[in-house]
Amino acid sequence: MDLFDILLEPLGYDFMVRAIVTTALAAIVCAVLSCWLVLIGWSLMGDAVSHAVLPGVVLAYIVGAPFALGALVFALIAVTLIGVVRNTSRVKEDAAIGIVFTSLFALGLVLISVTPSQTDLNHIIFGNLLGVSIPDLIQVLVLGVVAFTILILKRRDLTLYAFDPTHAHAIGLSPKRLGALLLGLLALTSVVALQTVGVVLVVAMLIIPGATAYLLTDRFSRMLVIAPVISALCSIAGIYLSYYLDTASGAMVVLTQAAAFAVVYLFSPRQGLIGTRLAKARRKKAVALAA
Amino acid sequence: MSNPAILVENVTVHYGEVLALDAASLSLDAARICGLVGMNGSGKSTLFKAIMGMIKPDAGRVLINGEPPAKARKAGGIGYVPQSEDVDWQFPLSVRDVVMMGRYGHQGFTRRASKADRAAVDLALDRVELSEFAGRQIGQLSGGQKKRAFVARGIAQGATTMLLDEPFAGVDKRSEATITRLLKELAADGCTILISTHDLHALPQLCDEAVLLMRKVLMHGPPDVVLQPEHLAKAFGLDVLNRELPEPDLPGAGIRDREHPDTGLSNQLGRG
Repeated sequence: MDLFDILLEPLGYDFMVRAIVTTALAAIVCAVLSCWLVLIGWSLMGDAVSHAVLPGVVLAYIVGAPFALGALVFALIAVTLIGVVRNTSRVKEDAAIGIVFTSLFALGLVLISVTPSQTDLNHIIFGNLLGVSIPDLIQVLVLGVVAFTILILKRRDLTLYAFDPTHAHAIGLSPKRLGALLLGLLALTSVVALQTVGVVLVVAMLIIPGATAYLLTDRFSRMLVIAPVISALCSIAGIYLSYYLDTASGAMVVLTQAAAFAVVYLFSPRQGLIGTRLAKARRKKAVALAA
Repeated sequence: MSNPAILVENVTVHYGEVLALDAASLSLDAARICGLVGMNGSGKSTLFKAIMGMIKPDAGRVLINGEPPAKARKAGGIGYVPQSEDVDWQFPLSVRDVVMMGRYGHQGFTRRASKADRAAVDLALDRVELSEFAGRQIGQLSGGQKKRAFVARGIAQGATTMLLDEPFAGVDKRSEATITRLLKELAADGCTILISTHDLHALPQLCDEAVLLMRKVLMHGPPDVVLQPEHLAKAFGLDVLNRELPEPDLPGAGIRDREHPDTGLSNQLGRG
């Protein structure tokens, strides 16, 4: 069996095609968003919001509303609660985040346990890549395209917000509104990624690609290309691996992204642990040869 | 009668129980350079925030060229140079990217740069002598160049009022002279400049006037008068009777030791 067959064989199954398309879409949107999250230092916030949307999604399922709506409402509740606990007690922010998101996540689990037709909802927790239906795919497509478009159109404002919110304020923009926009997009993106890797692992898709790209370039505009490309390639590779190794697909996607991060962490020519040393050695050699 | 460029009237600000500004008043005319002097916690940052409209005073009001700060901000008139600690120098942006952020207020929904924007950025970079470093990542500049990059952002913005937070911290003597010259040129062009600092050495050469702040404005006048040791003593809380006063020709020396006991101690140890 040559490489061509290896790549083509899974595509004979409709569910594999749907899995690959959905994952690539989710991977791209998450990766673009992750560029801002890692630079602002919102990784923990990404973790929190992606978990905290669970009760919202379950309630939306129960009343038959769009998942995204429930997710947005609970993302808002989570962020508000975190702010309230932080500002009105001596509890620090990381503790406030930890308290709020785990509580909301637990509430989601309880809601799932009392909701009939549990099987569907359990998929939200660990993802169900291979069981993506056509309506699921359409939902991911619509939400993904909406989130992606807003992120790209407002990328310069969001970068300004991440870099220097005071300047944003000084020139008449509203840092508060930009922060809220980013949080809303985070909630929306979480819903997109729920389908693929599930609530528990969404945060990986929301952090690893941005962190990887950050180690490769000194230009934000390039991060916005590098992160989604790496993320999409890794996700597809992860699905193929899970197909041939017969492993959990969502988790395999995350592992592949982590492997890419590890390689970059070690060998990035600018920032890598080994890469920078190799470059130094080469320079030394060049100097020695010249002498 | 023309309005003052910056008018602060009886501004009082509390952070919870803590009184940060106590009926502070300040009037600054256009095209003047004013040094805001006070120790940490004297309310310098709070006053900046009030002028930019980032905090709403509990009492009093702020006017920029006779208008409320929100209007001045929308018009793009207020430029801000942050202190070094407030900037993420690892952020993946080039010097040109940062200066371009000065143009965002003039641009459309997606902040797409026009030819005029690019020309304004080139001009600003040229003015602060950073053209050759335009492509560098912002953290790969020297202390003084970093400050100039942010001043260039204000120039590209077309700011008529510029607020600089500790512009001389971590800046070597030569860069300090360059920044001083640059700010004087800007003032000559009509820009009003307010500088918060506790580095008193640079003030007399740079400023037209100085303000002593200790939750309220204790004094406002020519720098050589305001920086007299007996006046500084008030602002920095020195006990005039029991402690040594700073040398008149080195106005900052005694003060800085007082304000940063650690530095003072290490200096003494170093000498011993």
